[in-house]
Amino acid sequence: MIETPLHRRWFLTLAGAAATVALAPRIAFAAQAATERRFVFIIQRGAADGLEIAPPLGDADYVRRRPALALDPASALKLDTTFSLHPALVQLGEMYKRSEATFIHAVALPYRDRSHFDGQNVMESGGSAPYRVRDGWMNRLAGMLPKTRTPPTAFAQTVPMALRGANRVTSYAPSKLPDANADLLGRVALLYQYDPELQPVWAAAMEARGLAGSDAPDNNPAGVGRLAATFLKKSDGPRIAMIETNGWDTHNQQTRRVTQLLGGLDALLASLRDNLGAAWTQTTVLVATEFGRTAAANGTGGTDHGTASLAMLVGGAVKGGRVIADWPGLAPAALYEGRDLKPTTDLDALIAGAAAETFGLDPARAAATLFPDGLAGRPLDGLIRG
Amino acid sequence: MTPQATPVMTPDMIPGRDGVTTSVTIALNRFGLGARPEEKAPADPKAWLRRQIDAYDKQPPTIAALPNTFKIIADFGPRPGEARTAEDAVTKQKLEAAIRRGARAIYAAAAEARVMQAVLTDTPFAERLVHFWTNHFAISADKVLVTPFAGSFEAEAIRPHVMGKFEDMLLAVEHHPAMIFFLDQTRSVGPGSLAAERRAVRKGKRDIGLNENLAREILELHTLGVRSGYTQSDVTEFARALTGWSINGYAADTTAADSPAGSFIFRAEVHEPGTRRILGRSYSQSGEMQARAVLHDLAVAPATATHLATKLARHFAGDEPAQTLIDRLAEAFNKSGGDLPTVYRALIEAPECWNARPAKFKTPHDWLVSVLRGTGRRTFQKLQTAPKLIQLGQPMWTPGSPAGWDDVAARWAAPDALIRRVEAAHRLAVLFPNKLDPRELAPQVLAREPSTGTRAQIEGADTRVTALTLLLVSPEFQRR
Repeated sequence: MIETPLHRRWFLTLAGAAATVALAPRIAFAAQAATERRFVFIIQRGAADGLEIAPPLGDADYVRRRPALALDPASALKLDTTFSLHPALVQLGEMYKRSEATFIHAVALPYRDRSHFDGQNVMESGGSAPYRVRDGWMNRLAGMLPKTRTPPTAFAQTVPMALRGANRVTSYAPSKLPDANADLLGRVALLYQYDPELQPVWAAAMEARGLAGSDAPDNNPAGVGRLAATFLKKSDGPRIAMIETNGWDTHNQQTRRVTQLLGGLDALLASLRDNLGAAWTQTTVLVATEFGRTAAANGTGGTDHGTASLAMLVGGAVKGGRVIADWPGLAPAALYEGRDLKPTTDLDALIAGAAAETFGLDPARAAATLFPDGLAGRPLDGLIRG
Repeated sequence: MTPQATPVMTPDMIPGRDGVTTSVTIALNRFGLGARPEEKAPADPKAWLRRQIDAYDKQPPTIAALPNTFKIIADFGPRPGEARTAEDAVTKQKLEAAIRRGARAIYAAAAEARVMQAVLTDTPFAERLVHFWTNHFAISADKVLVTPFAGSFEAEAIRPHVMGKFEDMLLAVEHHPAMIFFLDQTRSVGPGSLAAERRAVRKGKRDIGLNENLAREILELHTLGVRSGYTQSDVTEFARALTGWSINGYAADTTAADSPAGSFIFRAEVHEPGTRRILGRSYSQSGEMQARAVLHDLAVAPATATHLATKLARHFAGDEPAQTLIDRLAEAFNKSGGDLPTVYRALIEAPECWNARPAKFKTPHDWLVSVLRGTGRRTFQKLQTAPKLIQLGQPMWTPGSPAGWDDVAARWAAPDALIRRVEAAHRLAVLFPNKLDPRELAPQVLAREPSTGTRAQIEGADTRVTALTLLLVSPEFQRR
């Protein structure tokens, strides 16, 4: 295309717009004291089997229920007299020994119907039933905190339900396509300037890209942990982040698949710890899944959809080194509907307590904001260092 | 643009708060797969859509050229089960790698053909419905046993029934190896079946049994829909009824010589004997007919009609479709006994689908297809759609879960996904032939005049490639 005065004018507008974008947010946010605390939610999509991740090897009914799937006690780290830790979680075991990890067992959402997609909606929205609440509890948590220059970030290609809502959020995943040049990116910003939906999405994308720098990590668990840590440790970086892990729906070949998945989770947690450096002491990582799996193995070397499972709090800010469980046992009469681990701790109460204590929020107010349909009990306390 | 088309001005049209959407724009973009430049606009958009129901080709040449399931298995060489029995670790690894490579090659060729068919088709609304139903009955090609059959699943279970009865599609889907493998059905064994009894005697323990996966997803995702009133006991009973549904040749002891490997077989020896009680009805049929009878009842259940009507309405009329539209589609389904063309005709007639405001944000797949249609080309060299769709965040036939891809803008209009789209547009822009100026091309590709803001950006671009990139990522091209 021929260069015309019109073209020239657009170019100047573009240069001006770019400068404004770079300067304005810094001024706007410099005055606010952001919290030093970080809260990361690692979601295990697909219903992770808490009974295999932290098996109750001290409960004789466990081996009775799943003779073929039960772990060899010799290979597992003993957490206490009842529970052990899956041997694939080597680094997490080290964190537990250093009081940086707490396991919460027989935990469940208020939801009982065993659909992944409904369960995940309840877990991410914070409602008491599927599709009752339209935005995510992490987005509402963000609303209770000082704004950071980079908003809460999902390390995923798109924004998961838990982060969706009225407060500004972003997502970031390393792209394998070649970089589009900066000039084009600026033009796209102008193209979207009057579009109420695409303008904020694009602004968030540009900001996340600036923050990540040029060394895009590979799409492996350690790489994702490194990427997230790069964002989280910056003084003006996000204080809330979410990382997605998939593939926990082990209807078959459970032993092999869970070992592989836990190896990935272990690498992700270790990479977060190692790359966060000093910020690790300020960090709470919540690991949770939508529901658990049947107490007994199914006919195909796996387990089917169940009810209660396991959640974890990991990080330097966590009062760790213990297992929190009101253990219902796995005797036939103790099972929920005769098949699943019975829930005795409310996952929402755990989340409310952990989030409130991480950021020094009033637990009752945090619970009411994050879980607007109300909690079954009170938020758990004593989870996080003051 | 034709005189028959009704121009609609909307003050809140974005961007630039102006723009003209016509019924032709809506027919081509919202119901179809995007405009092709230099192609005549339909004179009567609704009639053009209705005609596609009759003109639909179940087996278009692009798809017919692909190997079917039986041929894929016959030509494949190493069997998936073979690696397990390999003598040493090195042989096993080599075999597994060869299986994965072979499966990926078949998958990539089918993905390429699927996109080409969408680019070439003269019945784009019908093609959209093929894509809709494949996503409704979602399999995920990241499971190795499913990878090679993702394409043949669509060709054999979906395409033949898109203009037929829902029940026929349901039966074809649940009998197809891709679905049976995806949801672990070959491994589900009735605890009281002959096979389980024999094994218990032989090994002294009961270590094989039911797998609920297929039963649950048929109820939750394929038919009634979640929270429609079925219970855990219905799931388990249905899983019992489904025992025996398997695939010929999957395991050595299941080979029936008179039918090809990969065909559906009923294995009586693993079927759980007895009458089943599901959703208040008793099923005393024997063998394969028991689960078939359940599927028949599910296919015509009112909850199924509402579930499918809601998904169709969301797909064409907007992320949060009007209840009036859902009710009308469900009624069309119920009254016609699940005749899908009857439902499509109700959809075409529905005023809710013809709102001038953009209703949907294109998925990466549909965006890519509309870009390729926009080039006006009919041949491409090394399109490599499979890796392109991975980079765009929507790998072909790989939603990762049996629920399929999300059908709402919040899933796709996200920061990282948008950057990827811009980067892809930048590379795809070179496919547009040089003979047309981007300013002339814009209204032909958009099937409407661009908004003032988009026009200004295209005119102000420094290169032809930049101008075309901006056209392809403009708000009016990404929405429909």
